[in-house]
Amino acid sequence: MSEQSKKLPKGRSLWSDGIHRLAGHKLAMAGLVVIAAYFLLAAFIYISELCNWKISFLQWGDKIGREYEPPNAKNIIGTDFLGRSVLRKTIYGTKISITVAFLASILSIAIGVPLGAIAGYFRGAVDEIIVWLYTTLSSIPYILLILAFALVLKDKAINLHWAGLGTLELRGIASVYLAMGLTSWVGICRLIRGEVIKHKDREYVLAAKSYGCGDGRIITRHLIPNVFHIVIIDFSLRFVSFIQAEVILSFLGLGEKNSPSWGAMIDTARLDLPKGYWWEMTAATLAIFFISLALNVFGDALRDSLDPKLRIQ
Amino acid sequence: MTTYIIRRLFYTIPIVLGVLLTTFILFNVVGGDVSDQIAGKAASKETIAEIRKEYGWDKPLFFARDSQFNRHLINAATFDFGRSWNDRERVMDKIKQGAGPSLSLTVPMFLGTVLISISLALIVAFLRGTIIDVLAVLLCVAGMSLPFLSFILFGQYFLAFKWGLFPVFFWPDLSTVRYVTLPVLIGIAAGLGGELRFFRTVMLDEIRNDYVRTAFAKGLSPARVLFKHVLKNAMIPIITQVVLAIPFLFLGSLLLERFFGIPGLGYLMVDAIGARDFQVIGAMTYIGAILFVVFNLITDICYALVDPRISLE
Repeated sequence: MSEQSKKLPKGRSLWSDGIHRLAGHKLAMAGLVVIAAYFLLAAFIYISELCNWKISFLQWGDKIGREYEPPNAKNIIGTDFLGRSVLRKTIYGTKISITVAFLASILSIAIGVPLGAIAGYFRGAVDEIIVWLYTTLSSIPYILLILAFALVLKDKAINLHWAGLGTLELRGIASVYLAMGLTSWVGICRLIRGEVIKHKDREYVLAAKSYGCGDGRIITRHLIPNVFHIVIIDFSLRFVSFIQAEVILSFLGLGEKNSPSWGAMIDTARLDLPKGYWWEMTAATLAIFFISLALNVFGDALRDSLDPKLRIQ
Repeated sequence: MTTYIIRRLFYTIPIVLGVLLTTFILFNVVGGDVSDQIAGKAASKETIAEIRKEYGWDKPLFFARDSQFNRHLINAATFDFGRSWNDRERVMDKIKQGAGPSLSLTVPMFLGTVLISISLALIVAFLRGTIIDVLAVLLCVAGMSLPFLSFILFGQYFLAFKWGLFPVFFWPDLSTVRYVTLPVLIGIAAGLGGELRFFRTVMLDEIRNDYVRTAFAKGLSPARVLFKHVLKNAMIPIITQVVLAIPFLFLGSLLLERFFGIPGLGYLMVDAIGARDFQVIGAMTYIGAILFVVFNLITDICYALVDPRISLE
């Protein structure tokens, strides 16, 4: 804070008002702590892999006991069919799930926000084309669309020589987050378009125009910052659906095969459960449950504090 | 009115064309020629050439009288999707066979979810602000945070496998009711959270109106006010939700059908994903989109019939 802010009577911006309201919401704050813990864990796994640290609880591939050891004092959540620690697998699975959901969110925002802003700002033919594009995509049932994308993109080598990038090979989880990102920008695009249409004739935009700002500057420096709270709300609520979608895609054999993800754990546990080995299934379920719950609670509170109008859609 | 319907009909043409273009780009341009996959490893050059000819991969993609895109359009218009790559059966026959079992699962599941969640939503909205309301919302969010796969796996394990209340798997000799009950119950349990929360918001909007206070003031019983007055006035969002869910009923349930061995369209798709059978997935994507477009059209026309002020922008 600069010195000036002490002297002036404090005006509350949308953000400071929203954050103030959010801070009073205990449940939402608890949710935020859980979300931060998951993200930090994922970041920590990346750093430890980058620096080649040998941390015992991240060595998920080690055999640490007999096969199918039930939960006991030494191995808190037991072992899997190869005698590997279920706890370590669950911890390591955080990396895949958070990575997939995060990259898919970034991708959908990177597509949806500019398209929505351009459509809302310019209207006319550009608007019609963009609206046509997202109406088309939203006409295809979402699960089928995402399956079709994941299936076609799986293990595909995409030729990017024409862009001077060589061949891009989609291995492992790449097809999963690409499929999610490329199919799920419709919601945010629609919201941003609607909001930009409302904003584009307001005084601050007219003022910027009269100063001689170009269209590009008005969109990026004036309009998008003023509707950005929608992006944050959408991000936190959509993240849950990406985590859940990763589980389903992994289960259908379209996801990561070589390292543990929660979806892959549920897939293996599917055959173990009838034999009474319930712990791997339970561990993966709880890992997904806690982050989903935290995101749902936090996202709802965030929406209520930043934009109460969005409540009813 | 007639002009509205005709114009609304014309409006669906670019959407259907967009869907066809999307599926074409996905499966023919990005997916491309998989004649060697169909022919198997030890196929001769002649067999591959024959398969290429049957599926039209020797033709240009666009811009020719016999291009692959034109063929794609004709196939879609006549609902003739050729033969499956996997077992060489006609795709349309497979889809027709699967529709019955899928509907016998999804229709009771959907009706159950909607009826239970609307009734509960009315009660919860009536008790708004009390501890019961808060608990109900928390339970809804918790239910939404559990992965669908966990509902299925634990439900199947405990209710069918361990306690033997239901058959574990589809068996052709069993009556439909017997083997469909458990998947329907699981589907309702998993879907209830989201639906109940949605309908609660709808009912809350309605219950704050003056006519509700008047009805209570007249001395009507809460049950009569809720289920007669409020429900009737909340019909528009309810009908929208219900009508737009119908196309998804035809698609079946991917995961439930897989786990309970119900030979419906969900099962067909899981099989097709495993075999990388784009023919089946492409056909299902197209049919799903067409159903969605048609039901969207029906909703809009119903709106216009109910509310004469509605017109095309």
